[in-house]
Amino acid sequence: MTIPGVDIAPSGGTPPEPLLAVSDLRTYFKTDDGIVKAVDGVSFEVRPGQTLGVVGESGSGKSVTMMSILGLNPKPGRIAVAPGSSPGPQMEAFLHHSKKHTSVSTGQALFRGENLLQASQRRLRALRGSEVSMIFQDPMTSLNPVLSIGKQLVEAVLLHRDVTVREARELAIEGLQEVGIPRAERRIDDYPHQFSGGMRQRVMIAMALINEPALLIADEPTTALDVTTQAQILGLIRRLQAERGTAVVLITHDLGVVAETVDEIVVMYAARIAERAPVFSLFERPLHPYTWGLLGSLPRLDVELERLSQIRGQPPSLLRPPAGCRFRPRCAFAFDRCRGELPEATPAGFDPEHLDACFLDESRKLEESARIVAELGLEAEAAA
Amino acid sequence: MTPDVLLEVEDVTKHFPITEGIVFKHEVASVKALDGVSLAVRRGETLGIVGESGCGKSTLARVIMRLLEPTSGTVRFDGKDITQLSQRDLRVFRRELMMIFQDPYASLNPRKRVGFIVSEPLEIHGLGTDAERKRRVQDLLEVVGLNPEHYNRFPHEFSGGQRQRIGIARALAVNPKLIVADEPVSALDVSVQAQILNLLKDLQGEFGLTYVFIAHDLSVVRHISDRVAVMYLGKLAELAPARDLYAAPRHPYTGALLSAVPIANPRRGRGRSAFVLGGDVPNPINPPSGCRFHPRCPRAQDECALTEPPLEQRAAGHTAACFFPLEKWPLTADEMRRPATVSAPGAETEPLAVTRGPS
Repeated sequence: MTIPGVDIAPSGGTPPEPLLAVSDLRTYFKTDDGIVKAVDGVSFEVRPGQTLGVVGESGSGKSVTMMSILGLNPKPGRIAVAPGSSPGPQMEAFLHHSKKHTSVSTGQALFRGENLLQASQRRLRALRGSEVSMIFQDPMTSLNPVLSIGKQLVEAVLLHRDVTVREARELAIEGLQEVGIPRAERRIDDYPHQFSGGMRQRVMIAMALINEPALLIADEPTTALDVTTQAQILGLIRRLQAERGTAVVLITHDLGVVAETVDEIVVMYAARIAERAPVFSLFERPLHPYTWGLLGSLPRLDVELERLSQIRGQPPSLLRPPAGCRFRPRCAFAFDRCRGELPEATPAGFDPEHLDACFLDESRKLEESARIVAELGLEAEAAA
Repeated sequence: MTPDVLLEVEDVTKHFPITEGIVFKHEVASVKALDGVSLAVRRGETLGIVGESGCGKSTLARVIMRLLEPTSGTVRFDGKDITQLSQRDLRVFRRELMMIFQDPYASLNPRKRVGFIVSEPLEIHGLGTDAERKRRVQDLLEVVGLNPEHYNRFPHEFSGGQRQRIGIARALAVNPKLIVADEPVSALDVSVQAQILNLLKDLQGEFGLTYVFIAHDLSVVRHISDRVAVMYLGKLAELAPARDLYAAPRHPYTGALLSAVPIANPRRGRGRSAFVLGGDVPNPINPPSGCRFHPRCPRAQDECALTEPPLEQRAAGHTAACFFPLEKWPLTADEMRRPATVSAPGAETEPLAVTRGPS
């Protein structure tokens, strides 16, 4: 189906194959208190060179989604789900009979057509750090404090490439220069504690990009940094991405960071996707009540607000999520249907790329959305 | 009209000594966490203090609370110099001034029940009988939006936002005049943060409280504050009414901070030509000469490395410590680097041109 005015294939050919296609991903953990459904039916795609932002509050499942894809969850178990059957109950049954602190994931995470959820540990180790790499929030805990950064960078190169130690060291110095570490050829022998927080995050980025991955997953890469350092790091990620065409998944709780950096946004709430849309569409026509709440909760630098429109209550426990729509207990618009059924993310009538998981009528959503957007000065015209 | 000043901080310095030697300790250097800070907080207002990590904002909070003794300078609360108070007078003073902390997990004793935590300030100050205290605590829990029946629960039974409400109830218990809040919402999720900010605003209206609100998040500070002080390396860079500071910052550091904040509006955020400040905050053991911001400042001149710029009035109630203040706002990255007043150093005292917004 073609939509008038929407250019699906800018290069003239078929739309680019997604680099990563995740569908119906579920990850459950067995804990002391019971089974935590940390990710419960999440689907999204990342195209080559694209930046996808994943936003959500703590415990919404944004990090676990990425960890599941990379096979980094603790003690992963494996189950085979019969096609056509619903995986949730089978996963619960599996965990019920397994040892404590096991996790299990089902669904698909196709990276260049290969399902990472079915890949062996050996295959995942080969992929991680070469074709897919990850940077984390706290660079101090993800760098080894007793090895010089040079050793760690060289190790990352030697693990995945057939080069000599000398060549690897050259690559490491180049990598450090590229992320803006001054006097890289000398600083390469320094230890992590000799760098400031911002510089350490630059080292992490250099390490993540040293093998030129096709996909970079950045989990809250600037949360621990001061705002001026954050601006430096985000600028660096944007520049390197533009130069190399790396696809980026940026996980963050900060709507400001995604607004300025990403192409498409996934809003997660209580282990599921509430809304997924291209960045401008999400801010100019948000459709899910949770997204409205998030936008209204945010103190703004660009608009003076007398009072923040808060969301009542707190995020639900993922041990016993509420029946029906997970957001229902906090939602001001909930009605009968929300109690009984779990809404799936479905495309909006006006834009097949804009999905939201809410049972409200589209006209009602658009009406409310327009009101909130006007209040926050988010209209396309007002900001132009 | 002289504004009714509740708290006055005058030329306060706080140096933390760095010592060497075990038996014969001698000071080899000192961390200059605060180096001559003066400001006043008016009754009923919220003074926001922003700055990046290491700028001295938390040290200032602790000196105001007299949890730290200043190296020099005075802190006057309601006209009394609290740096000179005896232990006995200090106890009376502590009723007037309470603090809310950043970490709602670390600031509540996990082994005490909520009722005890909130009533402890009442007990310390010997206020009320047991029954009165209990009633007061239940009232307070209700005021901050918690269920009064949760009196007997332990902190771990509450979420982060609820714990912060407990901390606020405790701070309110003795009817303080001033509340110092050090990063009270930075550990909370956005939706919960909004609830706490709204609560703090409501309580201020209801009880006529005065706040000193310390945070690194410029949007949060803008939302809650009447006036805002910007700190850099132990000194005030700029102090102004919130609206003026965000609409027309004068200090290049404030400008750099504002351009660095990502804006949750893709059209506005992407459209601007943001100036990105390079480098890191220097070491406070050995701060740069002259203006402390000069090594990172886009418009620094030779003069800035030699002389320290004083805090000067730039507009009504708006002071900034800079020889080459920003002429207007917003500025493009190029304009940030080009002080218009280099050739005419007298020009910076002229009233500033009306700021042009994006047309």
